Amino acid sequence: MPPELLRMIIAAVLVVAFVFLNAMILGYMERKVSAHIQRRPGLMEVGPHGVLQLLIDGLKLIGKQLVVPEGSNKFLFRLAPVLSFAPCVLPFVVIPFSKKLQIVSMDISLIFILAMTSINVIAILVAGWASNNKYSLFGTFRSVAQAVSYEIPMLLSILSVILVTSTFSLSGIIAAQKYYWFILIQPLAFIIYFISGMAETNRAPFDMPEAESELTAGFHTEYSGMGFSFFFLAEYANMFTVCSIATVLFLGGWKGIPLPLGDYTGIFWFMLKVYGLLFVMIWVRWTFPRVRFDQLMTFCWKYLIPFALANLLITAVLVKLI
Amino acid sequence: MNNRGYFGELWFGAKSLLIGLNVTIREMFKPIVTVQYPREECEITPNYRGHVELVFNLETGGCDCIVCGMCAKACPSDCLVVKGEKKEGEKRKSLTVFKLDFTKCSLCGSCVETCPKGALDYSQDYNIAGFTREEFHYDLIERLERRHPQPLAAAAGGN
Repeated sequence: MPPELLRMIIAAVLVVAFVFLNAMILGYMERKVSAHIQRRPGLMEVGPHGVLQLLIDGLKLIGKQLVVPEGSNKFLFRLAPVLSFAPCVLPFVVIPFSKKLQIVSMDISLIFILAMTSINVIAILVAGWASNNKYSLFGTFRSVAQAVSYEIPMLLSILSVILVTSTFSLSGIIAAQKYYWFILIQPLAFIIYFISGMAETNRAPFDMPEAESELTAGFHTEYSGMGFSFFFLAEYANMFTVCSIATVLFLGGWKGIPLPLGDYTGIFWFMLKVYGLLFVMIWVRWTFPRVRFDQLMTFCWKYLIPFALANLLITAVLVKLI
Repeated sequence: MNNRGYFGELWFGAKSLLIGLNVTIREMFKPIVTVQYPREECEITPNYRGHVELVFNLETGGCDCIVCGMCAKACPSDCLVVKGEKKEGEKRKSLTVFKLDFTKCSLCGSCVETCPKGALDYSQDYNIAGFTREEFHYDLIERLERRHPQPLAAAAGGN
C-alpha cells in the first residue's frame, strides 16, 4: 500500500473519530455549563460527574428506530442527514491543528472550509422539504434566510483579514501572525465574525430554525435515532469549525507559549483557544433569549453588514497606504 | 423606545448584553443549590403534616394512649381502629391495636386535635411509596416500637 494512501486512511479515521469525540465533549460541556449557570449540578449519574452520559445517549440514539413519515419524499428524507454530516467532516481535513498536524495543506483552504460549511444549508433545506411537515418547512425557510444573510458579514469580516495577509492558506495566515494576533488589529472583524458564526451554526440567540417553543424542533422535527444524531453531530462539528477559523484568523492558531516538540504540541494551544471560544458560545446561549425574526434580519442588514463594509474599506485603505 | 438613534441603540444594546453575560458568569461559580434527592434529603419543617403517629413518652417508655376511642370517632373517613383490653391487676385499659388505613386518610388532623392526652402527632416521614395497597395499612404500635425499640421492650419485660 502506498504510504500516501495509508496516511489518508488514517487521517480519515482520525477525523471522523474526532467529530464524534468533539460532539461528546461539547454535549457534556453544554449541559454542565448550562447547569452551573442555573446553579444545578447537571449530569451526575453515569460515570464520575456524568462524563459517560453522552456515550450512553449515543448508544440509545443508535438503537432507535428510524421513522420515515408518511407522505414524505423517502429518498430525500434519508439523504438529508448524510448530506448534513459529510460536508461537516471535510473542513477538519484542512484545519492546521499544529505546525505539522495538518492533513492536507491547500492554498485555498479557507475557501474550501467556507464552501463546505455552506452545504449545511442545503441539507437543512432538503430535510425540511422532504419531511412533509409544516413546522419543518417553516424552520427551513427561516434557516435559509438566516444563513444567506449572515454569510455576507461573515465573508466581509474574513476578507478584511485576507487583505492584510493576502493568502487564503490557513498555515499562511498563522505564519503572518508572527508578532501579534490579528484580533489586535481587527477587533471589529473578530466580533462580526463571531456573531455571524453563531448565526451560521444556528446557535441561540439565533436559533430561529429550531425555535422549540414555536416550531417544535424546526427542520429535524420528523427525524429520530441516527437521523437526528447526524444533524446534532453536524451542528457541533460546525461550531468547532467556526471557532477554529476564528482561532486561526484572529487568535494566532496553534501559537502560544512554546512547549517541547513545538511542531506537534501546538495542538494544545489550538484546542485551548477553540474550546475557549466554544465556551463563550455556550455561555451566550444560556444567557440571552431568542431574537425575533425581524430583529435577526434588522441586526444583520442594519448593523453587521455596514460595519463589516466600513471595516473592510478602512482596512483596504490602510493596507494600500502602509 | 426607538428614540436613542442608530448608535445609541447599538451602545445601549451592547452594554445590556455585557451586563447579562456578567450575571450568568457570576452565577456559574456560585455553589449549587439543588438537593440531589435520593442521596441527600431536605430538612423537613417541624410543622410538616404527614400521617398520624403515636407519640413516644420518655418517662413511661411507651405511649400515652388511654384507649378512649375519641380519635376513631372523630375520623371522618373511618381509617383508625383502636382496641384495648383490661389486663389483670390494672386500673385502665391498655392499648393492643392501633391501626391506620392511610389509603383512606385525608390528613385532616381531627384525630390529633381530639386526643385528650396528646398521644397522637403528625409523622415527619415523607418517603412513603409502595407497590400494594396493604403497605399503607399501618400498625402504629409496631411503628412506635421500631422507632424506639429498647425502652419499650424493657417496659414490656417489666410487665
